Amino acid sequence: MDTLACADSPVHRLDPRAKLIATFVFIVTVVSFDRYAISGLLPFFIFPVVMISVAGLPARYILRKVLLISPFAILIAICNPFLDRSILFHVGGINISGGWVSFISILLRFFLTVTAALVLVASTGFNAVCLALSKLGLPKPFVMQLLFLYRYIFVLLEETERLVRARALRSFSGTAMKLTTFTSLISHLLLRTLDRAQRIYLAMCCRGFDGNVRLIRSMKKGRSEIIFVAGWSVLFIILRYWNIPLHVGALITRRSL
Amino acid sequence: MSHHIVEAMDLHYTYPDKTAALAGVSFRISHGESVALVGENGAGKSTLLLHLNGYLRATSGKVRIGDCLLTPQNLSIVRRSVGMVFQNPDDQLFMPTVFDDVAFGPLNLGLPKEEVERKVVVALETVGMAHLAKRPPYKLSQGEKRSVAIATVLAMSPDILVMDEPTSSLDPRSRRRLIELLKTFRHTKIIATHDLDMAMDLCERAIVLHRGKVTADGPTAELFQDEGLLSRSCLEKPLRMQHCAKTGS
Repeated sequence: MDTLACADSPVHRLDPRAKLIATFVFIVTVVSFDRYAISGLLPFFIFPVVMISVAGLPARYILRKVLLISPFAILIAICNPFLDRSILFHVGGINISGGWVSFISILLRFFLTVTAALVLVASTGFNAVCLALSKLGLPKPFVMQLLFLYRYIFVLLEETERLVRARALRSFSGTAMKLTTFTSLISHLLLRTLDRAQRIYLAMCCRGFDGNVRLIRSMKKGRSEIIFVAGWSVLFIILRYWNIPLHVGALITRRSL
Repeated sequence: MSHHIVEAMDLHYTYPDKTAALAGVSFRISHGESVALVGENGAGKSTLLLHLNGYLRATSGKVRIGDCLLTPQNLSIVRRSVGMVFQNPDDQLFMPTVFDDVAFGPLNLGLPKEEVERKVVVALETVGMAHLAKRPPYKLSQGEKRSVAIATVLAMSPDILVMDEPTSSLDPRSRRRLIELLKTFRHTKIIATHDLDMAMDLCERAIVLHRGKVTADGPTAELFQDEGLLSRSCLEKPLRMQHCAKTGS
């Protein structure tokens, strides 16, 4: 992700705040549709598609990431077809219940919002997103938490991997981890993390930490940023209130009739 | 220039769990000296180093940095003049990018932006890592991390450099490069290490710690010849001297 964020494109060059606001408006409008909305959501694909193509991001890579998280969305949506059995319409003799429609609607929304968020991070970089958040008024402690989380998640994963490997090398039966082993492993990890936190804090104090993390970043608020945010926001709002596929469909069917 | 002096006066320190880590340590290091602090694991080296920047407060005894005694009131001044490089660079590099990390100290000192940027570039160039400025620290190799960690300290323009095991977990070439780099520094240096060969390369003076006490303090080359002293302190002769002894006999 971070390597992608280092690339250069018109999207990359935009101020992180502009991208953040546009993505936020996008997510809010997508989420605000009613639960049976499907056709109204389809035009919204234009945002991720345009962003991915202009930013030159590898679409497949992003897709794979989205699919990786999709089980969570499916898990949440899967109950709907069973709970909501009221028949909404028929397609070729098959009754389609409201549950299935909302199931698809949830998946569509998940797909749109997660893709947009991933595109934002991939074209901006996680740290720049955090910085944009702080410039837009998110309290500093939250921003610092996010920055530290992102910095040390890799260290933590590496440490976990080492612990798990050390256990695997000394357990010969090949069975799953016992609960007692698991608890001691987890508690070790916690203790190590606390120790590390202490050392990091010490390192920060040694360099004059006073509760504020300062970063040098030049942010710009140019014409392109304003056009970007305004253009997309207006488009999203139009798409929200005008169901374009429905209108286009009506137009075509009327003509063909 | 008296402000590069480091003096410890009869330091005692006991950890909250009653482990006595320091039992009366005294020494005086003067301006521009390069001193190796050697001793077995748990001899009290790291504990001693943590006293020099006021992170730990001695149970009894005093530390003097330059002209002033270390007190809670002048901690920030002392920490500015004592640059500390930790053993694990992952603990020291906590910011999103290398540039931010090196800029962290100078920004906290309240320097203007241009000055900070200049200092960062100079510090990174000194350690030969200017090309990594935009990279996130977790993507660097151990050797690179170590160099950047040193740059973060250099950017604060300290008078005294304190280092804990600077050559640990480095491959031979990175280690050599680091030694060459440290040789070019004119700061007062205090280096805690097990790498006695590096100590011979860098430090004209050595302080041997054993169980929280100074067992010897003198010219490095002389001390490391003294096999009795070394074995009493759970150390061994530097590798290059071992070789000499064999060919000699």
